[in-house]
Amino acid sequence: MRKVMIGNHALSYGAKISRAQVIPAYPITPQTEVVELLSEMCANGEMDAKFIKVESEHSAMTASIGASATGARVFTATSAQGLALMHEVLHWAVGARTPIVMGNINRAMAPPWTIWTEQTDSLAQRDTGWMQLYAQNSQEVLDSVIQAYKVAEAVQIPAMVILAAFVLSHTSEAVELPEQGKVDEFLPPYEPEYRIDPANPHAFGGLTGPDGYFELRYQIQKAIEDSLPKWDEVGREFGELFGRKYGLIETYKVEDAKNLIISSATLASTARTAVDALREKGEKVGLLRIRVFRPFPSAQIRSILSSVDRAVVVDRNISFGASGIFYQEVKAAVYNEKNPPPIFGVIAGIGGRDVTKKDIIDIYEDIMRMDEPKSDIIWKGVRL
Amino acid sequence: MVEIRLHGRGGQGTVIAAKILADAAAREGKFVQAFPEYGVERRGAPVKAFLRIDDDVIYIKSKIYEPDHLVILEPALIGVIDLTYGLKEGGWIIVNSNKNPEEMKFDGNYRIATVPATKIALKHRLGSQASPIVNTAILGGVAKILGLFKLETLTETVKDLVPIKEDENVAATMEAFELTKGGE
Repeated sequence: MRKVMIGNHALSYGAKISRAQVIPAYPITPQTEVVELLSEMCANGEMDAKFIKVESEHSAMTASIGASATGARVFTATSAQGLALMHEVLHWAVGARTPIVMGNINRAMAPPWTIWTEQTDSLAQRDTGWMQLYAQNSQEVLDSVIQAYKVAEAVQIPAMVILAAFVLSHTSEAVELPEQGKVDEFLPPYEPEYRIDPANPHAFGGLTGPDGYFELRYQIQKAIEDSLPKWDEVGREFGELFGRKYGLIETYKVEDAKNLIISSATLASTARTAVDALREKGEKVGLLRIRVFRPFPSAQIRSILSSVDRAVVVDRNISFGASGIFYQEVKAAVYNEKNPPPIFGVIAGIGGRDVTKKDIIDIYEDIMRMDEPKSDIIWKGVRL
Repeated sequence: MVEIRLHGRGGQGTVIAAKILADAAAREGKFVQAFPEYGVERRGAPVKAFLRIDDDVIYIKSKIYEPDHLVILEPALIGVIDLTYGLKEGGWIIVNSNKNPEEMKFDGNYRIATVPATKIALKHRLGSQASPIVNTAILGGVAKILGLFKLETLTETVKDLVPIKEDENVAATMEAFELTKGGE
């Protein structure tokens, strides 16, 4: 069934069709509609799930961890300041190996108060161990929630499905709702090896000294590494069942490309139209969209970058004192290669500043005129 | 691809109008995008909404700066704010007005259609006398002038998406389709 819905509701329907059983959540603009619809569906019986009203995002995540530890499939969603408030317990969710799936609406951080889109909120959580997936349209949002559960539960690591504030969260698009029966076949009920059980009491997460903690961290890293092939495998299997294939990355016209635009989320979607326009002008340009950011698909990126002359990474985020974050990661991935191409880093669209097709064309044409990257940041659109 | 910008005042249903148009087009297999001027809708304030319709997946995710057509739900905005900025030459301006299209004045080479949407909304008791909800009426005019989808598809969509007074809203849409002037 095809249904026109806002991106926020694509998250809600993703949780519903994945048969999430517990939803602890706290509302925040621009995420509110996600939990509004979920609470409605829990109240009217459309969902067989427990909606837990909490007093903060910290509590939302804490309740999510508890519920997940009992073996329930858990969903929550937040944005920006809410995600930041969760920070402490984001680490806990990973350490406790609870495969929660959370929607995050990318909103710029305050102050000044703002509600518009930027990726710095979620990227600031990159070292918590959460897997992170950046969607480019509402169909992908819904499809990714289902896939995220499958990967998260396989490796026992939580995952964030991330979408741009307003550009996706409040934009209505036509979304294909997969059949429940087929989703059930793709995503069977969650059956963890260990779970909290009052009949069989155990302590979890107690004091662990240097003789044990190290190995637990090693296991987390191994689990996330194991998820790399899983994301591709699950995306392929999803494609076979539902006709829409996904992977760690998405490429467009890279086969004969000499130059590459690299981006993520809705910026990458708009960049695709810029690639078409540049191709019409005779430019040998391709697009690499990084869909999964954690785990970082370094091998795939190295393989694509090995055959291009130059690349530009367009970031809607910033690590203050350094540069755009996708840019850092892409550069790090190819540093040890024999002849890595020059990589240019552009920062655009901060705080929801609109990024148009023409902006991307200008970015590309500007970097084609440069000899080499002279600094780690090329600012696009900043008014000085 | 068709790109449309809608202008109204908060409370008239401008954002919902864009959503209904998107939904109707999607029901006929089109790809769509409908979005508000993010985050600034307030009752009484000038409000914009945007709509894209295409036969193929819509990849562009930026705002619309050069719309093909305009829909004006609030005629009092004419002359107060620049409504036609970016509007492509030859584009339609579908405006809520009891006047004839020739009587409407816009600088530029545009095609004009008028829909007596306020009159129709009041007749069907949509909203209050002071604040009529004109969106479902103006949609009938959009269907007639732009022919993006069948009138039946639109009326079905209106019926499904309006929260109350389904029959009155559908009647307003159909009446507007008949009473729209322009494009003959």
